[in-house]
Amino acid sequence: MSEVQTTYVPVENITINRRASATIAVIGNPNSGKSTLFNRLTGLRQTTGNYPGVTVEKHSGTVQLNDSALELVDLPGIYCLGGFSADERIAVDVILGRVAGTPSPDGLLVVLDATHLYQGLYLLQQLMEMQLPMVVAMTMTDVATSSGIDISIEVLQRHLGGIKIYPVVATTGRGLDHLKTALETITAAAHPDIPESWPELSSTANELANRCEGQLPRIDVIQALIHPGGKRAERLEQLVGGEVIESVRENLFGEEPPQACEARHRYRWVHGVLQESQHQAPLIERFGSRGIRWLNQPWPATVLFFAVMALVFQAVFSWATPMMEAIDLGASFLSDQVSGVLPAGALSSFLTDGVIAGVGSVIIFLPQILILFLFIIILEDSGFLARAAFLMDRVMRTVGLSGQSVIPMLSSFACAVPAIMATRVIPNRRDRIATILAAPFMTCSARLPVYALLIAAFVPDQSVGWFNLQGLVLLGLYLLGIVGGLVTAWIMKRSALRGPKPHFALALPEFRRPNLQTVLIKLYDRARIFLKRAGTVIFAVAIIVWALAYFPRSEVIPADLQAAVTQAEANYNGDRLEQAILRLENEAAAAQLEQSFLGRAGKMVEPVFLPLGWDWRVSAAVIAGFPAREVVVAVMGTIYAVGEEAEEASLTAKLRSASWPDGSPIFTVPMVLGLLLFYAWCLQCAATIATIRRETNSWRWPLFAWTYMTVIGYTGALLIYQLGSMA
Amino acid sequence: MTLRELSPGQSARIDEIDARQPGVVRLMVLGLIEGAEVQYENSAIGGDPMEVSVHGAAISIRKQQAGCFRISPITQNV
Repeated sequence: MSEVQTTYVPVENITINRRASATIAVIGNPNSGKSTLFNRLTGLRQTTGNYPGVTVEKHSGTVQLNDSALELVDLPGIYCLGGFSADERIAVDVILGRVAGTPSPDGLLVVLDATHLYQGLYLLQQLMEMQLPMVVAMTMTDVATSSGIDISIEVLQRHLGGIKIYPVVATTGRGLDHLKTALETITAAAHPDIPESWPELSSTANELANRCEGQLPRIDVIQALIHPGGKRAERLEQLVGGEVIESVRENLFGEEPPQACEARHRYRWVHGVLQESQHQAPLIERFGSRGIRWLNQPWPATVLFFAVMALVFQAVFSWATPMMEAIDLGASFLSDQVSGVLPAGALSSFLTDGVIAGVGSVIIFLPQILILFLFIIILEDSGFLARAAFLMDRVMRTVGLSGQSVIPMLSSFACAVPAIMATRVIPNRRDRIATILAAPFMTCSARLPVYALLIAAFVPDQSVGWFNLQGLVLLGLYLLGIVGGLVTAWIMKRSALRGPKPHFALALPEFRRPNLQTVLIKLYDRARIFLKRAGTVIFAVAIIVWALAYFPRSEVIPADLQAAVTQAEANYNGDRLEQAILRLENEAAAAQLEQSFLGRAGKMVEPVFLPLGWDWRVSAAVIAGFPAREVVVAVMGTIYAVGEEAEEASLTAKLRSASWPDGSPIFTVPMVLGLLLFYAWCLQCAATIATIRRETNSWRWPLFAWTYMTVIGYTGALLIYQLGSMA
Repeated sequence: MTLRELSPGQSARIDEIDARQPGVVRLMVLGLIEGAEVQYENSAIGGDPMEVSVHGAAISIRKQQAGCFRISPITQNV
């Protein structure tokens, strides 16, 4: 018998991934370093899901402790338990345990920014009313020290009913061990005493909670009193009677909005606490802060904003182009390999023109989207985007929106899908929908190939003053999108979405260096969501369009092709023969397309588009583009028989020579301008429609957006063509 | 005098707030309450919206809402 080899592993080297024993909600103000701390604690052990019924993503992760593990849920940053926007409402609902499928947390990890204790302590005392075990992490202690803020943690802890406060520097990891030790015993921690900031509210809430006999917890009573009209308020009125609540409210709040009274009481308390626990040394005037102060002035800040945006767009397009070309090359290389191995037929065509082209058309957007996301996240985390919203508020006000609509609109220059998701920060639903309707007008990256093709083919490459005419037309198309979006928002805010003017109350964070780990995790997260949401739709659309363009197959065309090739082989040889065969094959492909479902559809709708100067070929390409506008160039390539590789130069030439049966050219200047306008304004993107449906939770708005944009695109193209052809 | 008449760089104490005007409650939740000391930091082009700070936290506020905050300016002794 051979000896069994045994290796001994020291017991301290064995790590066991324990299952989470409790759920802790991580909560704090926006920009308090909450996400950085969350990432630091959970590392890459994170999952992203969805809360049922709402579109806000659910971020959770496990933190491994010595003897146990905890599940942390990262919530969107909030200032109060009021819930003004969709993001804020979900945060409040989760900590109050109102979300189905997400159990109410066993404890809270509150993140307090040492440089913004004023707003942090306001939220903290609201959270203390919940009577949950609580641990406080104080972030940015290094920044506070360097800017002369001196905080006595001991005094602060005394005012907070004995809650433990742990100073941490999330970026370097300092203090994390102590925090983890505290988290280990969090569920056993004593409930904090409720701060005496508003004794009347406290005693009234206790009394009412007693009268409800456990049917409505104390925190819900407080919420019901402060937020009349909600579900909790209705329940409270049922339990103790409407008149009682009416008189209680009048006693507590008088004529004022309840939240205003709450703010007064709680901030007065915060002020008192800060007087005793925080000392602000006189600020040392530093060169850096003076520079930033100068840049924050109205004009320098506005110029800087446009300069940064110009730089971002420049980078998005110039950095992404080589990568996009590489992806394109890779996809066609793969197609060639597949079509070389497989016999020509439906399977080969499905794999090359359907699957590979479909996957390609999804990932070709990734470089631009990733670069844009990277910039947006960096700008967001450094505090720049809030400044942009501040600077642009005045402009947005003229169309009835506020500065908060600026950020989604900027994103939609790359893609409307993430832009529509970014509207969640807008508090008012009407303003949010108006922004959602405006966003798809911005020139997204999928419109560019069509613009590039038509401009290269029909706009002369000549200079106008200092500018190039082709560049000017492209600029004009961008402006057309912006104007279309803004006018749409203006009309909507004056009609269907009429409502009070949006207010603009925004906390402006200081400029800060973003944390690399946080940026990368966010980038990964957003890219994943984009691929899942938009990618699946774009891929499905590519397959459907392929099928419509491929079926039904004619038996006659391949036979005719074979005969023609045999004849050519008899007449030519060498290069001339190869060219002739290529031409015949392309013509056969075009003939197949002509009698495919797509070609038939093009001919069927030709009468509709004839007033715009489009023949059946253009109509078929446009129809194919309705689910995903970027396929138009490829369809035009096939339809005008330039072969698989729709090379721009040859397609350009084909388009120029395309003519009506009577010999007059199809692509006249008015027709091309109309076609460009149609592209600028039409909602030809199934991924956008699906996203609008998701975010507005109804089919009403996506259907409206599609109809509205198609009608104005068609009408615009019609007017340009008809008026242009008269002249 | 209201917050909208404050000039850049000036500080003031908030005396009275008309909380019933639209959009004011949100600003109070961010910390602009009676007794608080505010400073006019910056503004967008045209002076609207304004950026004011309270306890080191910067808040953007439109002129329209700024008119709801009655203040008394604090003369700085340099």
